[in-house]
Amino acid sequence: MTTFIIRRLMQSVVVIVLMSGIVFFGVNVVGNPVDMLVNPEADQADIEASIRALGLDRPIGEQYLYFIKGVFSGDFGKSYIFGEPALRLIFQRMPATFELAFTALIMAITLGIPLGLYAGLKPDTRISKTIMAGSILGFSLPTFWVGLMLIMVFAVMLGWLPSTGRGELGTVFGITSSLFTLNGLSHILLPALNLALTKISLVTRLTRAGTREVVHQDYIKFARAKGLSNRRIVSVHILKNILIPVVTVIGLEFGSLLAFSVVTETVFAWPGMGKLLIDSIQLLDRPVVVAYLIVIVFVFVILNLIVDIVYSILDPRVRLGDAGK
Amino acid sequence: MKYLSTLLAACLITVSSYAQSEDLTIGLASEPTSIDPHFHNLGPNNALSRHLFDRLINTDERQRLKPGLAVSWKPLEDTTWEFKLRKGVKFHDGSPFTADDVLFSFERAPNVPNSPSSFGLYTKGKNLIKIDDHTIQIKTDRPYPLMPNDVSTLAIVSKKIGQNANTEDYNSGKAAIGTGPFTFVENVPGDRIVLKKNPDYWGEKPIWDKVTLKPIKSSPSRVAALLAGDVDLIEGVPTTDIERLKTSDNIELSQGGSNRVIYLHLDHERDNSPFVKGKDGSSIKNPLKNLKVRQAISKAINRDAIVSRVMEGVAIKAGQLLPEGFFGRSENLKPVEYDPSGAKKLLAEAGYADGFDLTIHGPNDRYINDAKIAEAVAQMLTRVGIKTAVETMPRSVYFNRASRGGPNKTPEFSFILVGWGSGTGEASSPLKSLLHSYDKSRGFGAANRGRYSNPELDKLIEDALATVDDAKRQDLLAKATEVAINDVGIIPLHYQVNTWAAKKGLRYIPRTDEWTVAQYAVKN
Repeated sequence: MTTFIIRRLMQSVVVIVLMSGIVFFGVNVVGNPVDMLVNPEADQADIEASIRALGLDRPIGEQYLYFIKGVFSGDFGKSYIFGEPALRLIFQRMPATFELAFTALIMAITLGIPLGLYAGLKPDTRISKTIMAGSILGFSLPTFWVGLMLIMVFAVMLGWLPSTGRGELGTVFGITSSLFTLNGLSHILLPALNLALTKISLVTRLTRAGTREVVHQDYIKFARAKGLSNRRIVSVHILKNILIPVVTVIGLEFGSLLAFSVVTETVFAWPGMGKLLIDSIQLLDRPVVVAYLIVIVFVFVILNLIVDIVYSILDPRVRLGDAGK
Repeated sequence: MKYLSTLLAACLITVSSYAQSEDLTIGLASEPTSIDPHFHNLGPNNALSRHLFDRLINTDERQRLKPGLAVSWKPLEDTTWEFKLRKGVKFHDGSPFTADDVLFSFERAPNVPNSPSSFGLYTKGKNLIKIDDHTIQIKTDRPYPLMPNDVSTLAIVSKKIGQNANTEDYNSGKAAIGTGPFTFVENVPGDRIVLKKNPDYWGEKPIWDKVTLKPIKSSPSRVAALLAGDVDLIEGVPTTDIERLKTSDNIELSQGGSNRVIYLHLDHERDNSPFVKGKDGSSIKNPLKNLKVRQAISKAINRDAIVSRVMEGVAIKAGQLLPEGFFGRSENLKPVEYDPSGAKKLLAEAGYADGFDLTIHGPNDRYINDAKIAEAVAQMLTRVGIKTAVETMPRSVYFNRASRGGPNKTPEFSFILVGWGSGTGEASSPLKSLLHSYDKSRGFGAANRGRYSNPELDKLIEDALATVDDAKRQDLLAKATEVAINDVGIIPLHYQVNTWAAKKGLRYIPRTDEWTVAQYAVKN
């Protein structure tokens, strides 16, 4: 297992290096950050001074080498806009995104699995059909629209929840999060639900499909014949067997929740990394964009690894090792 | 039971009258990138720094100069200005404000490390001399009439704190010590900046005890946050929401013209302009160099329609570089009247009776309704025979191409939509940057993306920039504006009007520089 993990991490280094090259050259093709940064009143000399200060007067290859050199000493470059290290800006905003993605994931699991199970066990009832129709809506409605509708209904019309922003922070066991205060929870509910919506639908549909398949297996029939309680059949025999695809998807989806919560964060003015990314793209803050994508690739690699490890726990037949052996 | 509820109500009233903390929460359209007032010369940052720091000369809502940390200023001779500093002013940490702080601020501003856009723009060529603790002189090599305007842009920081502080210390609040009406409380990047009243402020005391600035970039969310009562005031109300908000009983709108003119720039330089083609698609000699064609384009544009339809009434049609009330404006210029038949006649006289093909380029995320304006202009021109295609793009791509996207870093486009806000609050700013001949070595025409060049105009602008006498300079600037506009160096469309929305009982005094500053949020 240790060799497996080490091998995986080495592969990820290759992925990251390749990716950084693509992203670095990619973002350098678009526009010129100087136009976003310099005050319009600046004259030609000021503009050139800014170009030099940002190192943009150097050939792109040289800029890349300089960047790579920095990366190996842990320096991902400084944000053009904030003047602070790009990595620090990202880590500063990571907890907010993490708690949002985490809450969304919990929602997806706690709502998606029971709904999917129900729809899978009793496929012909009206409730099941409603659940499945609802999941189609959850998939297909655009996030920004749903987000605005949630704000309109729950914040503007009903006034139950705050419209935007992150709430007060609380500290439990040394972890600081807005999940530990009532005010914080009220702030996170809408954005997390908005972010979770497609994931809830996804988990529901996956669970239902798995359940439908497993219910007809012989061992379930046998379990029933043996006279096991329905509860035990569902919670042990069915649930455990449908979890593998669900875990895979949840693992990967958590990555995408973290990486691409951009829309939700923008609509709800959530101070997370997604908002930082979209602002950085619009303002051509290249170091932040590059550093962000590298961090995200790394997160995906780690998540994949965790998914593989969880596999082996859920299904003893799966062994982590070299495929060739 | 009834008794109980009465008692409860009485309690509540007592509590609320005791807790008369006046809090203001503002939803901002864009986030300041730093608390350091010298880090980035950018609108949102400059607006924020107004809360914490003073300038020697402050500006009011119409960018008129008002005494700040200097009580008076005057030119002793053409190249020397004297500033008398305010006595008895204290920084937030209690230390006194003196001439040393001014000298330090002028020295620090152009030298902030990693500054993406430096304030060196306003400090260069100025030599500060301390006469005594409350008098300074600023010397320049050449006569410099814009001295007060330049000085009004530069925040004064404390020398004691600032000399050992970097930008991060300002961002964390450690060094965010100014003389301004508010003091720093906290800065949570991306979420909020909290300020508190400075009870010892030398000027008019703020009516707000606590101010929270929350960046909410998405416009519909910003409006929703106001409607939900989470914020008290928002800037950048989208024009599409204005009508609806007007009918709302709980919302009060404040509107005011800005210093920003939206205009069209035309290729005055190249004989073969890449985005001008003959009717058959062949390349033709650039018709935009012909005055009659330029006049025809201006006449073909229905400014009233742009203002009423595209801008939903929230704009003022423009006939020159700055709206009413600004220094250096000409009283003789009126917006060009819509006259399509006159335009066709002029085109025929110029030899383009059948018109030609043109492409207008513009940004789609920079000015209010920018892409829609470009589309409207294209339709109007097409109607008089100049078949106009529209191409809009994000500003991150647009400005680079418009300024230096062509061969040898020349402007790429032939006909563009742009806006210009006068940072100095007077006419020399647009004249110098947009209409003076492009002259890299002397720093003229930096934003002259049409490469307009007119020696008569250049002379007037340079004379104005060397004339310290206000009345004479006003005349020169007005004359220069007339020369430029009559020669159709650019085609002004309208002045942008900005809209703020506040909850009932609150109003914002619109600033022409488009900034949102808590001091200008007032109760009715």
